[in-house]
Amino acid sequence: MTTPAVAAAPDERLARRSPLRRLLGRPELGALLGAVALFVFFSLAADAFLRTGSFSTVLYASSTFGIMAVGVSLLMIGGEFDLSAGVMVTTSALVTALTAYQLTLNLWVGAAISLAVTLALGLLNGLLCVRTRLPSFIVTLATFFMLAGLNLGVTKAVTGNVASDSVRDMDGFDSARAVFASDLAVGGVTVDVTVLWWLLLVAAATWLLLRTRAGNWIFAVGGAADSARAVGVPVARTKIALFMGVAFCAWLSGMHLVFAFATVQSGEGVGNEFYYIICAVIGGCLLTGGYGSAIGAAVGAFIFGMTNKGIVYAEWNPDWFKFFLGAMLLIATVVNLVVRRRVERSS
Amino acid sequence: MSDTPLVRLDGAGKSYGNVIALRDVDLEASPGEVTCVLGDNGAGKSTLIKIVAGLHRHDTGTYTVQGEEVAFSSPREALDLGIATVYQDLAVVPLMPVWRNFFLGSEKRRRLGRLDIPFMRATTRDELHAMGIDLRDVDRPIGTLSGGERQCVAIARAVYFGAKALVLDEPTAALGVKQAGVVLRYIVQARERGLAVIFITHNPHHAYPVGDRFLILDRGRSIGYHTKDEISRDELTGLMAGGAELEQLAHELERGLRKE
Ligand SMILES: Nc1ncnc2c1ncn2[C@@H]1O[C@H](COP(=O)(O)OP(=O)(O)OP(=O)(O)O)[C@@H](O)[C@H]1O
Ligand SMILES: [Mg+2]
Repeated sequence: MTTPAVAAAPDERLARRSPLRRLLGRPELGALLGAVALFVFFSLAADAFLRTGSFSTVLYASSTFGIMAVGVSLLMIGGEFDLSAGVMVTTSALVTALTAYQLTLNLWVGAAISLAVTLALGLLNGLLCVRTRLPSFIVTLATFFMLAGLNLGVTKAVTGNVASDSVRDMDGFDSARAVFASDLAVGGVTVDVTVLWWLLLVAAATWLLLRTRAGNWIFAVGGAADSARAVGVPVARTKIALFMGVAFCAWLSGMHLVFAFATVQSGEGVGNEFYYIICAVIGGCLLTGGYGSAIGAAVGAFIFGMTNKGIVYAEWNPDWFKFFLGAMLLIATVVNLVVRRRVERSS
Repeated sequence: MSDTPLVRLDGAGKSYGNVIALRDVDLEASPGEVTCVLGDNGAGKSTLIKIVAGLHRHDTGTYTVQGEEVAFSSPREALDLGIATVYQDLAVVPLMPVWRNFFLGSEKRRRLGRLDIPFMRATTRDELHAMGIDLRDVDRPIGTLSGGERQCVAIARAVYFGAKALVLDEPTAALGVKQAGVVLRYIVQARERGLAVIFITHNPHHAYPVGDRFLILDRGRSIGYHTKDEISRDELTGLMAGGAELEQLAHELERGLRKE
């Protein structure tokens, strides 16, 4: 990114930072290298991996986690965690399915109610964190258990079952399915609509982070909240908005669940929050906040999807998946650390 | 310039729980003047300027800005009245680029909320250049600058954003002799530009050459408030030492006793 001013006064800088060093300074570099290596690895290890059908399966798996990873990575750059993100997806789906079914509403109305409820949950998480000043890890651990319990309890109380009733025949199902859970043929490849949502969210989040004031504030509240407050950044408001961003992603994912399967299993989602965090960390987000990128989180989700499906195509026991994921998390964290240290020292 | 000082504290006090950090302190700062606040560690200097900066609210006394009483609930409100503060810890975000730090909280935007990045980069470079700092790359994380450079970025930022009062918390404390000299020169520069400067330090040798008024704090109380013509450098140094005198004496006695 050269600016006219730089070009006008080249004498100021003895040595400009080389493009290579700039590239090395990007948070997503480690993830990108890892993704390429994994792609090559699975291409060699599994014949089925390179078929176009397999590719759309991998992309689909990546997108379902990638959508959440967008919100989670922004929150993490802002210095907070949300352990309730996994079950919030289920909550969001359940609210749509249960209210629409019980009150015989158009499913779009159910989706709107769910949006309001889910954003309110995000607001609650955010308010609890900024008001109590407790670590978000504890606050959202509490809301995680509460939501997990509510999902099961309310569903059983309302339907007498662990799953919601099917909403397949209700008004609005087909049009909502087209928006949240359809697939399209793009040049002979089937692409799930979630992939488009994912790419859209990543683009929006990247723009937000790098080109807007809000993005500046997100990095600042994650990197040094007190300093940010001292120069006039509204720290509490920024953090609350980030929790609501996660909630929005949870709503989108929840809508995908409802309209892809028509019924919602109330116990689902537990444990997924860690996968979102892993995507963000593999993508270069610092656990301590203040550093990371949405594109990195997307690459992290892609790595996640490739590993998840690649192991199946390679016809290995899927039990190995978790081992691989853990190992990759470890490697990614170390690589990020090394890359960042080196760049900071040499710049 | 009118006669009412820009910033004025009367009988200000502040306690943290049961720790009384500041008690009955007066202070004023007028345009084109440097008011120095001196005191040992823990004397309450930072507490005093945090009140001025809007980071803490005073418990007792009054705080007036241009003759109007204020009680800030956030630093933003103080900033909006032109009171800019450079904190001891500098209030920078180490991992963020220099230019993003420079404009943090006062970002320049174009239409649609888009940041005006070329403008901010160029301005940061020019403003720093005007202060004599030649940064090769304003995209560097600010954490990689030297202490003096960071201090100057923070001061340049405050001056650029039209501060009327500039509050500096121990800007020279962590600096070598040469860099401290550079910062002192900026303080004089800011005064010449008509800013009211409040300069906190525990070093009378840094305070005396640039100061117009001196407030000496000891354990939260004011033990002297003088204009430059009322006090000599030696008297100032003496006052500073006064608080520590008893302690010194105790040490000497102890040493004397051990020898016997
Ligand atoms: N947040 C706080 N909570 C409790 N006590 C505090 C707090 N901040 C400061 N204090 C106490 O108030 C007193 C004054 O502290 P202050 O930071 O104002 O001193 P200072 O003059 O700036 O010292 P230094 O030269 O070390 O910066 C000290 O005894 C300190 O321990
Ligand atoms: Mg202090």
